[in-house]
Amino acid sequence: MIDKRVPSLEDAVAGVRDGDTVLVGGFGNSGVPVELVHAVLEQGPRDLTIVTNNAGTGETDIAALIREHRVRKIICSYPRSAGSVWFEKFWRAGEIELELVPQGTLSERMRAAGAGLGGFFTPAGADSPLAQGKEVRVIDGRRHVFEKPLQADVALIKADRADRWGNLVYHSAARNFGPVMATAATLTVAQVRAFVELGELDPEAVVTPGIFVDRVVIA
Amino acid sequence: MRLSAQQMAARVAQDIPDGSYVNLGIGLPTLVADVVPPDREIVYHSENGILGMGPSPEPGTGDPELINAGKQRVSLLPGGAYFHHTDAFVMMRGGHIDITVLGAFQVAANGDLANWATDEASMPPAVGGAMDLAVGARRVLVMTTHTTKDGRPKLLPACTYPLTAAAVVHRVYTDLAVLDVAPDGFVVRELVDGLTHDELQERTAAPLRFAPDLVVL
Repeated sequence: MIDKRVPSLEDAVAGVRDGDTVLVGGFGNSGVPVELVHAVLEQGPRDLTIVTNNAGTGETDIAALIREHRVRKIICSYPRSAGSVWFEKFWRAGEIELELVPQGTLSERMRAAGAGLGGFFTPAGADSPLAQGKEVRVIDGRRHVFEKPLQADVALIKADRADRWGNLVYHSAARNFGPVMATAATLTVAQVRAFVELGELDPEAVVTPGIFVDRVVIA
Repeated sequence: MRLSAQQMAARVAQDIPDGSYVNLGIGLPTLVADVVPPDREIVYHSENGILGMGPSPEPGTGDPELINAGKQRVSLLPGGAYFHHTDAFVMMRGGHIDITVLGAFQVAANGDLANWATDEASMPPAVGGAMDLAVGARRVLVMTTHTTKDGRPKLLPACTYPLTAAAVVHRVYTDLAVLDVAPDGFVVRELVDGLTHDELQERTAAPLRFAPDLVVL
């Protein structure tokens, strides 16, 4: 029988290892799986590569991971937010590596990984220093840069409701990166507000089919 | 003589037709939404997965997860939709946004845009969705002061800062003028009252052509 529901946050993040690449959903404070990230902090893996849109603010979730020296590298599009003091501090001290990726490219690299593609050409960033060291090709008279898929070990996402097959629906703009991250990791874990009975989610409106999801937990 | 931020926003808003799909960049461009003429129905897009974004709710109310690209709370209008991030960028990069209004550090005479990084290395670099928006929007409007705070020109023969995208800007709205990017460079369409052609040229590093049907801004 399929039952992806797990009873605790500790169970949800079991098996995250040192050196893992971890996708963390959210845009600003919207849709961040705060409790799952704190569970990873508790569990203790180090040397992580975190893939996320922003580099954390204040003292919680991603900022806490950075503060506690668990993050070797961050792959993100906008690390500069009001209150991202821990990232800035570590970056200035040379203690955290930053790979800056245009936001659309970040999404599409994860989609390519989830979709089994070898990469893609995008015009975004092709005229900027971010294209250095990468293949640039002129397609229909416009410069495009080749971007590789971004495959991860773990995805931590926040959704609204799940059933035991791992089907997910989300809440308003908290959806953001969740659906694409769910496809691009070996282990996908979703924290949700509530579980529903199998069949309760409208099949016309399931946003992330459970095929992409490994564990769901209430938080 | 020089336009205020509100006046610049009002001038930009005049050029947004009824029924447009619009993405407003962070900073100055966000003022545009407040001053679009009320008889026009505009669908606002936000990069984090919203179409039909509405005005900010009263402070302390609303949905804390429903935020815009600037991380401020917004609302959803009837007809609005939520979708995931990859779809949001299909809309941006794939040519589905009619108009984007962006800020700028520099704009070059050939339409090159620099609005994500300067030559200052003390802050971590950050790009967000600017590059995808700049290459993908059907019409790229820039809203910016004509010069920097210390009086240096922002309209140049070539950008010295790292580019957001090459040859993307269609029209520039400043506090002194409205300029189009034409095959031969900047063409001034509108000029604030009390400023001469020479005075505008002095504040601009690239050569300016003045439209024969130039009007007062």
